Parts: sequence; C-alpha cells; structure tokens
Amino acid sequence: MNHMFVMLTVLAYLLSMGLYMSFLYTGKEVTGRLATVLMFMGLACHYLALLGRARAMHSVPYHDLQGSMSLFGWLLAVTYLCLEIYHRQRTVGAFVVPIILAFFLAGSLAPEHPAPPTEAHGVVFALHVTLSILAYAGFALSCVLSLMFLGEERLLRMRKVGDVVWRLPSLELLERMSHTSVLVGLVTIAVGTALGFIAVDRQAGQHWYFDPKYIVTLVVLLLYLAYFQLARTTAWRGARASKLCVFNFVLVVLSFTVVNLYFSSHHRYF
Amino acid sequence: MEIVLVGLNFRTAPVEVREKVSFSGEQAQRAAEELRSRGILEETLVLSTCNRSEVYGVHPVANHESAGALSSFLSKFHEVLPDQLNPSLYHHYDHDAVRHLFRVSAGLESMLLGEAEILGQVRDAYLRAHEGNVTGPVLNRLFQAALEIGKRVRSETDLGTRPMGVASAGMKLAERIFGKLQDRSALVLGAGAISEQVVSQLRDRKIKNLYLMNRSRERAEEFARHYGGKVLEWGEWDTSLKFPDIIVSAVGVQDFVVTQPMVERAMVSRGNRALFLMDLGMPRNIDPAVADIYNVYLYSMEDLTEIVNQNRDARQGEIPKAESLVEDHVAKFISWQASVELTGVLETLRGSLKQRRANFLQERLAGMNHFSGEDRERIGALMDELIEHLLLHPAERLRAEKELRRKIQNVEAIRDLYLSDREKS
Repeated sequence: MNHMFVMLTVLAYLLSMGLYMSFLYTGKEVTGRLATVLMFMGLACHYLALLGRARAMHSVPYHDLQGSMSLFGWLLAVTYLCLEIYHRQRTVGAFVVPIILAFFLAGSLAPEHPAPPTEAHGVVFALHVTLSILAYAGFALSCVLSLMFLGEERLLRMRKVGDVVWRLPSLELLERMSHTSVLVGLVTIAVGTALGFIAVDRQAGQHWYFDPKYIVTLVVLLLYLAYFQLARTTAWRGARASKLCVFNFVLVVLSFTVVNLYFSSHHRYF
Repeated sequence: MEIVLVGLNFRTAPVEVREKVSFSGEQAQRAAEELRSRGILEETLVLSTCNRSEVYGVHPVANHESAGALSSFLSKFHEVLPDQLNPSLYHHYDHDAVRHLFRVSAGLESMLLGEAEILGQVRDAYLRAHEGNVTGPVLNRLFQAALEIGKRVRSETDLGTRPMGVASAGMKLAERIFGKLQDRSALVLGAGAISEQVVSQLRDRKIKNLYLMNRSRERAEEFARHYGGKVLEWGEWDTSLKFPDIIVSAVGVQDFVVTQPMVERAMVSRGNRALFLMDLGMPRNIDPAVADIYNVYLYSMEDLTEIVNQNRDARQGEIPKAESLVEDHVAKFISWQASVELTGVLETLRGSLKQRRANFLQERLAGMNHFSGEDRERIGALMDELIEHLLLHPAERLRAEKELRRKIQNVEAIRDLYLSDREKS
C-alpha cells in the first residue's frame, strides 16, 4: 500500500514539475493551474506515504534520516504552495518542485537502517521537531528565491534579456516572497526552539543541558533577523541581502548535517 | 447568404487614402444603417482604426456581387472618386472574409505584429454595432469568435508578450525590476517626441508620480500641460534624482547629462533603492559608468533596440502557431455557418415542396368532384407526410456529415437543384 503512495507521489511531483517548467516556458495559464493541482495531489500522496512509513515502523516520521528528509520535502511543498497562493506566482514552482522531489526520493529510496522504535516524547516534542523542520523548509525556499533573484538581477544588469527573464517574477516580488518565507522560518524556529526547551523540561529525569545545536540555532536566528532588517532599510537591499540569505541557508544546511551528526548528542535528524 | 468584406489597410493604401476613408464612431453607425436601409447588406459592421477601414456584412444572396455595391457605397459615403479608391480596396467572401477578420483580431495583419490594441478596437467596433442593432446572428457569432481567437493567440503564443517598441521595452524591463509601476515615480528628461512616447507608456501603467525636466522650462511646462506631470528645475540634480525609481533621458546634448558622481550621491540619499535608467539620447545622455553602481540598471538606446530586434525575431517564430489557431477557428465557424445554411435551405425546400404540392393537388383534383373536402385534406396530409419522409434522411445525413467541404457542397447542390432563383435569395 505504502509503495503505491510512493509511486503516486513521484508521479504527481514529476508531472507537476514538468507542467511548472512548461508554464515557465510558455506562460499558459491552464498549464500553471494544472501544475498546482498536481502539486496538491502529490502533497496528499506524500502525506499518506509518510504516514504509512511511520506506521510500518511504529514510530514518528522523523525517527530516522530518511523520514526526516521526506518530512522536510513535504513541509517544503506545504510552504511553497502557501507562498504560491499568497503571492499568486507560479513560476517559482519550476525551481522548487525538483528539490521537493529530490528530498522525497532520497527519503524513500535510500536504504533503510532499521533502528529500534524510540519512546514517544509527547505532543510538545513532536511540535518542536515539526516546527523546526518547517523553519528549515522556509529557509530553503528563501534560498531558492534569493538564487532566482541573483540570477535574474545578473541577467538584467548584464542586459542579457532572454526568453526566461520575461517569464520570471519581478525582482521586487522575488524579494517579497523571500521575506515571507524567511518570516515563516523565523517564527517557526523561534516557537519550535521554545517548545524544545519545554519538551526537555517535561521529560522525566532530564534537566537543562548544553548542546552545540543551541549556539548554531541562535546564530542562524540572528543572521536571519539581520537579513530581515538589512534587506529593508540599508545599503544591503537587493543582491547583497540575497547573498546573505543564501549564506544563511548554507549555515542551516551545516546545522542540519555536520552539527547534528558530529556535535549534537540530542539532535540527530532535524 | 454570404459574408462579405470590403476594406483597405496600411498595406494596400497610402495614409492619404486611409485618412479619407476612416470612420468616426458616429460615421460607422450611420454607414451601417444606410447599408441596411438601402438593402445592400442585411447585417453590417464597420471596423476603422488608424491602419485600416473595413466593412463586414452579410448579404442574403451568395452571388459575389455585394462587394461592388459596397465599394460604390464607400466611394460615395466618403466622397472619394472610385478611380482613387478602388485600387486600394480588397474584397473577401465567406471563409476568406472570416479568416481575414480572425487574422486581424490575432494581430497577424497589424503593422506591429501581435499588437494588443487591435483586439480592443475589434471589441469596441463590435459592441458599438451590436448596440446600434446593425449586426445580426451571423456577425454576432463571427465577431465573438474573432474576440475569442484574439485572446487565445495572446494567451497561447508569445506573439503579444514581448515588447516591440523601444519605450515599451524599457517599461517592461522596469516592470522586471519593480513589478507594477503604479506606486512608483519616474523622471523624464527632455520634452521631444521620444519623451512623449515614454510618458504615454508611463501613463498607460498608471505611474504614481511623474516629474519632467527640460532645459527650456517653458517647453517642459507646455509638455506637462499636455501630458501631466510636475516640472522640476533643470540642473537641480541632487534633489531631482533622489525620489524617482525610473529615469528616462532623451535630450539632444553633446555631454553626459547624468554622471556617475550624481547617481552615486543620489543612491546614498535614497538608501540604495533600485534605480532604473533609460538613456534614449543620441549621443548618449547618461555616463555608461553609472551601470557599475550597486542597484542601478542602465539601458541605452542600443541595448533596447537589440532587445526589440530579438523580440521581433521571436514573434516571427510564433506566426505558425497563431496561424494554426486561426485556421482551427475558421473551420469551426464555417462548420457553424454550414449548419445554419443547411437549416435554412431545408426550411426553404420544405416550403417550396409544400407549395408545389398544393398547386399540384389544386390542378389535378379540379375535375375530380367525387372527392369530398375531407378526402382532399387527407390526400394533402398524406402528401405532406411523404415530403417529410423524403426530406428526413437526406437532412440527417447532411447534419451528420463530418467532412466540412462535402457538407457545404451538398448544401449548395440541394440549393442549385431544387430551389428556384427567387427561392435562393
């Protein structure tokens, strides 16, 4: 059953990706709408695949690396669709859906290393993890938007206006979309981190302990706050702010990988 | 019934002739009413723009003679000698006329390939004629289809997406940076013909604040009276460059009007908000080094011309797609027209056969006095039933015919074989 949902998810995301790319090239409204519909279908199948996998393992989706990656892909899809609806802009889909698909495939196809089911840490802990991964999804989206901004800005400054530039969103809109996704990331990481402290406090026999992840998360939070402020008011607005946003996301990826794997004792896959 | 078109456009007539034959809204309505009241056409619509004047109509008889009467009418209406007018006129009938209108609506017959304005002009002409009650079912259907094809070509091909003029290319680029321009400010340097084009483009985009600067303040004020905008003092660069998001320069000077230090100071005072500059002067008005400043986008006349040329080539590449859409719609319309004609021909044929039946019975039963009135009515009813039976199968087969050409040929064959000349009209 779960295999079927995996196949359906891949199919829906692949078709959606193709249609988003076609929309980027042709600008046909009907193609764009169909891409969004398929994206919603992919999202639903992705959810069922995640649910099926977690049930099969008698655990939560973020119990292992594959599940965390797949959950990240799903939350990225949710964030993207919200952004698409809020800003009424579909051309970004061609750049985001491949990433969602890659994370889903990595989460579904990578060989599994069965780990014993962990004990449930409660709702607060689950929210802490989900919101943290949602924050990473928001930051990933802002990174994609910033890269798009930098690419389009470069083409415009070099006066190389080809086919795609006429289809892309304006620089102003890309900036606004990036701000929205950073805002989503900032709010969710702040709430998620606070919930993390509460979850630790609630766990029997556990007291506050030091984890290098706290420092990195704080740095990430401060850097994104800096981006948020710099991009609006000072000489950083424009390409410089976008470069900072990309840099911040590199730090997020390091936090997600190197810090989790080698430095943190309590944060494995999120 | 035939659809007829008589007209002239920028390809067939010089501007002097086009000016003489153009219609105002009121003239278009009057001409259409006269054409109907004189019995030249049953339905009429006049499409008149700066590049074309065309009269579309429906004539009850498909004899290809209505164009001559229409040409004479145009000549008299505009008081132009036929010798002057006729060489510029083109005539099209039925599917050629339909195809021509669809190509016009799609922008394929425009001077500026794919321009969007023509679609609005077709819509206005149709609405005016419709409100004036000079159109009928055929022209209503024809022009609704023309508007549909116009929209489809613009949404499904790149024919209308790329700017084709230097000023509009500049504005589209500004929209790539700022999005919608309605909350933005623009400064236009110069008050010549190019500035007029730019201001017109800015006005179309509902720019919030428009500032004008010219070396001659009087000229700038005169320009502002015509086109709107606030006049700034020439030379007050530090204050003038601080607010606008778009600066367009089209001044005839030898030295740079806008230099790098000026823009650097402006960028500091405006908190590095993006600035888009269009240099449309010849020689150039803006120092090219300005393009090196952070968040400044500078496009010269040369850059914009190159973009326009690229777009022209790209639009040419879209013609086959647009033509294919036009042909689809022509086939659909002709199919509809054939169905309408079939219904009309069958009705006329039924009426004709019943009339002949009545005459036949009256003649043959004249001496047969042994038939009562009831018998005669019964014989008449039986013969009517026979007529319906005879018509039923051919009518069904004709309606079901998929091949359009064959359908039209068969309708024409019925008309030719069974209807008299009087009935054909």
